Amino acid sequence: MARENAQKLEDGTELVPVRKPMDWTIVVLRVVAFLATVSATVVMAINKETKSIVVATVGTTPLSVTLTAKFHHTPANVYFVIANGFASFHNLFMMAVHFFGDHTFKDKGLQLVIVAILDMTNVALLSSGDGAATFMAQLGKKGNSHARWNKICDKFEKFCDHAGGAIIASYIGLLLLLVITVLSIVKLLKRN
Amino acid sequence: MTQTRRIFTFVLRLLALAATVSATIVMVTSHDSTRVLNLTFKAKFSDSPTFMYFVIVEAIVSGYNLIILLLSSKGSLWRIVIILDVVAALLLTSSMSAALAIGQVAKKGNTHAGWLPICGQVSKFCNHVNGALVAGILAAIFYYVLNLFTLYNALNPLFVVKPS
Repeated sequence: MARENAQKLEDGTELVPVRKPMDWTIVVLRVVAFLATVSATVVMAINKETKSIVVATVGTTPLSVTLTAKFHHTPANVYFVIANGFASFHNLFMMAVHFFGDHTFKDKGLQLVIVAILDMTNVALLSSGDGAATFMAQLGKKGNSHARWNKICDKFEKFCDHAGGAIIASYIGLLLLLVITVLSIVKLLKRN
Repeated sequence: MTQTRRIFTFVLRLLALAATVSATIVMVTSHDSTRVLNLTFKAKFSDSPTFMYFVIVEAIVSGYNLIILLLSSKGSLWRIVIILDVVAALLLTSSMSAALAIGQVAKKGNTHAGWLPICGQVSKFCNHVNGALVAGILAAIFYYVLNLFTLYNALNPLFVVKPS
């Protein structure tokens, strides 16, 4: 087992801290996951499209209606932004814990448990945000003939494209966070 | 001490199995049709891909849970089970929240998109979906508590001698 601070043993020899290669894998994965979730949050939060649609023609002047599509029109997208925000903050917090927490926690076991539990919680949170936004986007793209809900993506193409991009970025972040969770749990189990 | 832990885990898994199975069954049996002024409104769970996804995920997790319950005597697979539990919690939360989102549109509609609520016409269908969603939420909560408990237990064998 590696200790972060050099410790003097009874016979005067010193134990020098050794960085295991697995630590850097998790850090790199966390950085990429952080970038993915942050980009998903930002792209969905600034998602807006305004379109003027000609509704009727009175004489020679066309009457047009200005319609706006904003992300917060659907609670699912609002929850998506919130969940991705939480996941980004979690990734940032975990990177800080990794770099600075080794000196704070006297007992590494507790740190591993907290990291594993928080990772698992954020996987569940992020997956729920993704699921809601994906199926809401599917409804917007295909509509639902049984419920007589018309699709909206043919009118607001840019809005749908941006939302789709944000959802894909969030799925990448989710996949990476799942890999990180598995690695954290393996680390926790190896400690036994 | 280990016996209590094992019993608690077993009970949690049993509750989660009951919740996922009831969610699947209640969602599959949800259908309604009304006639209003020569127009027939029919609603079935298979009309929406979201509810299909919900049923499929709940069925998969029920099957997985059943297999794990039957195999719980064998101790060699417990590491893979922990990781598969995390994946199951992921699937459960995603299906539950997707169905919640679509259910919210069905109940309240969405004025910006021009989508009218349908729960007024097919109220029996909506109540069924409501029940299935409650069961789905309970299943997700049970699985989350199970995961927490498993991860908390993974550390306990270490505290044989408390560090001073």
